[in-house]
Amino acid sequence: MNLAVAGCGAVGRAVCELAGSYGHRVTAIADSTSAAVDESGLDVETVLDRKAERGSVGSGDRERALAGDYDVLVEATPTTLGDAEPGFSHAERALARDAHVVLANKGPVAERYGDLRAAERDSAGTVLFEATVGGAIPILSTIADLGSADVTAVRGVLNGTANFVLSRMSAEGLDYEHVLAEAQDLGVAETDPTFDVEGTDAALKCVILANVLGDGDVTLDDAQVEGITRLTPSALDLASEDGRTVRLVGEVTDGEDPTVRVGPRLVPEHGTLAVTGTQNIVQLETRHAGQLNLSGRGAGGRATASAVLADVGRLP
Amino acid sequence: MSDASESRSAYTVRLELVDEPGELLRALAPIADNGGNLLSIFHERGSLTPRGHIPVEVDLEATPERFETIVSALREAGVNVIRAGAERYGEELSVVLVGDLVETDLSDTLSRVEQANAAVADVALSAPAGTDEPSSARLRLATETGQRERALDTVRELADEKGLHLVEPLAGGDR
Repeated sequence: MNLAVAGCGAVGRAVCELAGSYGHRVTAIADSTSAAVDESGLDVETVLDRKAERGSVGSGDRERALAGDYDVLVEATPTTLGDAEPGFSHAERALARDAHVVLANKGPVAERYGDLRAAERDSAGTVLFEATVGGAIPILSTIADLGSADVTAVRGVLNGTANFVLSRMSAEGLDYEHVLAEAQDLGVAETDPTFDVEGTDAALKCVILANVLGDGDVTLDDAQVEGITRLTPSALDLASEDGRTVRLVGEVTDGEDPTVRVGPRLVPEHGTLAVTGTQNIVQLETRHAGQLNLSGRGAGGRATASAVLADVGRLP
Repeated sequence: MSDASESRSAYTVRLELVDEPGELLRALAPIADNGGNLLSIFHERGSLTPRGHIPVEVDLEATPERFETIVSALREAGVNVIRAGAERYGEELSVVLVGDLVETDLSDTLSRVEQANAAVADVALSAPAGTDEPSSARLRLATETGQRERALDTVRELADEKGLHLVEPLAGGDR
């Protein structure tokens, strides 16, 4: 398959680096200002070196990258809220020319699911987005295999930063601000961690799950979201005295009107959901197969890129 | 025990006691003497019944026949039994609240939870920095079977009203 990659952050770069080993060719790479295009296949290393040295992937026109001849558009630009641009337009344009779209960008799937599916219906292309929920963990493909009608609820720990902060606070008795600063030093938390610690990122993932389960048009506005910023070491101590710990848990319940809730929850200290550090875990409640637990790396360039490339492999 | 093979159930009796030394022990004796197995005693010293007495809630295990005997024995001993029945606290849930618990009247919070078909079985409060910093409380609530969500809704409303941060248990119990 020929891949056009939009977005040159950690995930976009890793997709470019790994594509060859999955038997694919990268024919276009676009970042926010420029593009590199070669329909016979780009020398990925040269392009990424240039990006590292000069801050842009090439001198080409971004429009040409998106209008070029490719089989799959990999959308890995940053997640934005509301209209989910420019990710949504990228996907729409690729579908309009009957190309497939694989998203690592949560925005279009969480905020404009109905529009995205409508654009897919009018296209010969297919949209897949495994990488948007739980990084490397094959959650959406497992749901697709089970059949979404068999899955009655999903809950999980889906944000590595919040989980790192909570597990450190709990283990060391340190306060929130202290652990957050430490996480930022380690590169686990962003300079602006709001998206993670206030629960927005986990909520977007749950909204995507709700859309998949209900085939509806759920957005972030439909989710009840609480973060972890108000938790204190003493609250974690009290939980611990009772054999519990606190995790930022996202819950999606099935039904005609799926509900999405994200917030700090008490979980058994040695229970399945009490994953530590940057691990993610998802529990699927199913009608016929009982409970399934899927856990693994929820973030990271290469791990997430592996989910993107697994999607490319699943395309018809 | 002779009734080991008979089916034993958990019961809750709600008593009210005069605030005098020895009253609690006097109230518990008829239970133990008649083969009831005490599970928990919640002695609400902070609140008074409309008659100015102290409410006490006792969870016990007994066969249905023995339970009848126990209630009669309590009444014969002059203990005021407000409620006795097969009403059973079948479910438990824990929550943690964070915020200005003391300034937002913790005992009011507890009594309003109690009005919503839940017994506050245990309270642990932690206020490491006095009232200057947020304090935390862990509440263990016992609810009647099927009333878990209702009790949780009450706690959510209270937390919302009092600006407290609520750490809920997972929906559907522990995993």
